[in-house]
Amino acid sequence: MSLLLNEIGNGIFLGAFFGLVALGYSMVYGILRLINFAHGDFYMVAAFVSYTILGAVLVGHSHGQWFTVLWVGVVVMVITGGLAMLANQFVYRPMRRAAILSLMIAAIGLSQVLENGVLVTPQWGATYLVYPVTTPPSGFNLGSNHYTWGQLIIVLISGLLALGVYFLVGRTLLGKAMRAVSEDRIAAVLMGINVDLVIAIVFFIGGALAGAAAVMTGVYYGQINYLMGFTVGLEAFTAAVLGGIGNIGGAVLGGLILGIVQSIGTGIFGAEWAIVVAFGALVLMLWFRPTGLLGERVARRM
Amino acid sequence: MRALELNGVSVYYGAVRGVEDVDLYVDEGEIVALLGANGAGKSTLLKAISGIIHPRHGSIAFFGDNFGKLSAHRRVIQGLVHVPEGRRIFTTLTIGENLELGAYGTQRNRTERARRLNEVLGLFPLLQQHFQRLAGTLSGGEQQVLAIGRAMMSNPRVLMIDEPSLGLDPQKVDIVYDMLEEVAKLGTTVLLVEQNVSLALEIASRAYVLQQGSVVLSGPSASLVDDSRLSDAYLGKSADDHD
Repeated sequence: MSLLLNEIGNGIFLGAFFGLVALGYSMVYGILRLINFAHGDFYMVAAFVSYTILGAVLVGHSHGQWFTVLWVGVVVMVITGGLAMLANQFVYRPMRRAAILSLMIAAIGLSQVLENGVLVTPQWGATYLVYPVTTPPSGFNLGSNHYTWGQLIIVLISGLLALGVYFLVGRTLLGKAMRAVSEDRIAAVLMGINVDLVIAIVFFIGGALAGAAAVMTGVYYGQINYLMGFTVGLEAFTAAVLGGIGNIGGAVLGGLILGIVQSIGTGIFGAEWAIVVAFGALVLMLWFRPTGLLGERVARRM
Repeated sequence: MRALELNGVSVYYGAVRGVEDVDLYVDEGEIVALLGANGAGKSTLLKAISGIIHPRHGSIAFFGDNFGKLSAHRRVIQGLVHVPEGRRIFTTLTIGENLELGAYGTQRNRTERARRLNEVLGLFPLLQQHFQRLAGTLSGGEQQVLAIGRAMMSNPRVLMIDEPSLGLDPQKVDIVYDMLEEVAKLGTTVLLVEQNVSLALEIASRAYVLQQGSVVLSGPSASLVDDSRLSDAYLGKSADDHD
C-alpha cells in the first residue's frame, strides 16, 4: 500500500512536467486545431539554452542556487515563448489557409529542424550534457518515501503556472478573446479582436510553459539531450488527449493521471516500459472515451 | 454626412464574381436596406465592407475616410460593426462573456465596459436574465437578440446586420425589428440585409436591390414597395426580360 502511495507521489511529480508541456500543446490545438509536433522541441531547445546561460552565470557545479535558477528560468521562459512565437510567425502563419495536414507536416519538419539545429550547434551536440545545477538531496519523508525540497518546489511552481493559465483563460478579457478565436475566428475578428495577435500570445504562453518545464527537468534529472523533446512531446500530447485536448483543466488533469499511471506502470514492469504504459493508457482512453476526460465540458475550452 | 460610401466595388471569389461595380451610400442616421434573392451578393458586400474579404476593385469610405486595406478588426475600432449571417454568437461562452467581447475593440477599460454593459442591458433586458448561461443554450430568437446586443456593446457608429429574421417565427421577428428601430433611434446608422422585403422596407428609409451581383434598383422605400422590378429581382427575371 505504501508502495502504491510512493508511486502516486512520484507520479504527481512527473505529472507536473507533463501537465506544463501538455498545456502548451492543448492551447495551440484549441486555437488553431493544430497538433504542434514541434512543441516538445521548444522544450528541448529551452533545456539547452538554460544549460548555456546557467553554465555562464554559475561557476562550477553548484548546489541549490535557487535565486539564480529562478531568474534564469524566467529569462528562458521568455526566450522559449519568443521561439514559439517566431515558429508561429514564420512557419504556421503563412500556412493559415492551408489544409491542417500540411500544417502538421510543417510541424514535424520544424521539429526536425530544431533537433538537428541543436545537434550541429557547437557545445551542444549529440551527447548527454550534465546540467549545471542539481537539486540537493535534503527534503522530507512522507510514508516510507523521501521527497526533496526541489521536488516540492517543482510541483508548486507547476501548479502556480497552471493556475495562472487557468485564470488567464477563464477570467481575463484576453482569455475570453482566446476562447472566442478558438470557437469562431471570423466572429472574433468582427468583435475587433486582433486574431493574429491572440494566436501569437497563445504560442508565447505555450512556449514559456515548456521553457519552465525544461529548466525544472534539467535541475531535477541533471542531464539533457537533443532528443529529450521527442519523448516528452509524445507524453505531453498523450496527457492533453487524456484530459480532453483543447481543455485547460484537462491538460493538467491528463498530465497528473499520465504521471501516476506511468509511475505505477514502471514500478510494476520496469522503467523501460514507460512509453508503452503511456500509450497503453492513451489507447484505453480513446476506446472508452474518445473526447478525453473533460472533453465534453466545453465551457473552459479554448 | 456619408457614413458609408462604396464606389465601383467588385468582389471575386477566385474567378467567380461575387459583386460587380456596386455604388452605394448610407447617410448618418439612416436605415438602409440591401435586398435581393439568395446568392445576389448581399452578404458578400457586407463582408467586403467589414473587411473579412477584400474587393478587387473600388473603394469603401467610412465617414469620408477610405478603408483601403485596413484590417477587419481595426474597422470595428473605427466604429463599424457587422452582425454576420447566422448570428455566430460564441456558443461555448456565457451571455455575459459574449457581451463583454462585443466591447473588445473599442472599450478596453474595465469600467468603460461595465458602464456600456449596463446601457446595453438596459436596452435589451432579456439578456440580463440569462447573463450566466452558455449562449449555445439560447433559442434562435434570443441568439439574435444577443448578437445585436453584442454588436451594440462596441457603441458603433454604423451597424450592419445580415438577415436578422432568418429562421425566426413572426413574433420573434417583431422583437428583433423593434430592437433595430430602437438602435436607430439612438443615432446608430443601420445597413440591413434582408430577404423579407416588406419587413425591411417598413423600417428602412431607402433600399438597394441586388441581382446577380449588381445593383439593379435603388430608391426610397416608399417608391419601391409597388415596383414590379423588385419582385422580378426575386423571381430571377433580369431587367431586360421586362415588358
